[in-house]
Amino acid sequence: MADETLFEFLHMEIVSHVYKEQQSSKGTMDNKDRAVCVSVLEGMGFRVGQGLIERLTRDSPSFKDELDIMKFICKDFWTKVFRRQVDNLRTNHQGTYVLQDNKFNLLTQLSNGKQYFDQAPKYLAFSCGVVRGALSNLGLESVVTAEVSVMPSCKFQVVIQKLS
Amino acid sequence: MNTNMAVCIAVIAKENYPLYIRSVPTQNELKFHYTVHTSLDVVEEKISAVGKALGDQRELYLGLLYPTEDYKVYGYVTNSKVKFVIVVDSSNTSLRDNEIRSMFRKLHNSFTDVMCNPFHNPGDTIQSKPSAAGGSAVHSTLRLTPLMVA
Repeated sequence: MADETLFEFLHMEIVSHVYKEQQSSKGTMDNKDRAVCVSVLEGMGFRVGQGLIERLTRDSPSFKDELDIMKFICKDFWTKVFRRQVDNLRTNHQGTYVLQDNKFNLLTQLSNGKQYFDQAPKYLAFSCGVVRGALSNLGLESVVTAEVSVMPSCKFQVVIQKLS
Repeated sequence: MNTNMAVCIAVIAKENYPLYIRSVPTQNELKFHYTVHTSLDVVEEKISAVGKALGDQRELYLGLLYPTEDYKVYGYVTNSKVKFVIVVDSSNTSLRDNEIRSMFRKLHNSFTDVMCNPFHNPGDTIQSKPSAAGGSAVHSTLRLTPLMVA
């Protein structure tokens, strides 16, 4: 049972390490430093997502269209990575998708409500990167952001970049 | 020596540049590069045909792309739109479809391992060398495929 939490612990350490590194030179963190930390975490997630998707889609047949890909992300991919399926997928059929996970497993240990609300974005950056990396390797360039209102529920917004 | 081996293996990125291409060294390598390059058109055709097909089973294996007088060219595309091309000698009539499929499976497995290698950046050419213990490098597929008939 312990192996499920190994990644959660590692993830917490990664986040805390990245923030400590950025802070080491000065005493306080300004917004620019915070942005750097978030993009470092997101970048890590991106590379992980690319490698993961190669492994996870090895045996599956090719996808029909964008919606098929998003459904795969919500079911199989989310199950393999976050050990549950996305609870709700909404789309405007024009390239924007909102994935809602009511018990996001990287947030369950933080709080069950509003406590530590301002710390939540740090713990979502990596996962946003993972989703973006996975989509990128499947041929969809996207921008992935996450928002939290009540933990551990969170929403990931994916906007597919259309090639013009 | 007529071993059941591929004469050329290529891994092509989704933007259609080669990530990895290896051929049996005795042959004229440039000819294989050219053959692989021309086969990409056929691959594109097959991929777009699959998209319009009504059947649901969209396979990754594309089958025989085209036969030339000396060689047969087979194709395979992954979900990340990376293409694999294998060229075999036409005189190897004993090579059956499922053997080719298993060559592609091995190639796909090795490629997946390369993608997970932290020293490899996706989009770069594949640099990994074959390791002694039958390691994950794509290169080893050329040697050990598919049935080294002595």
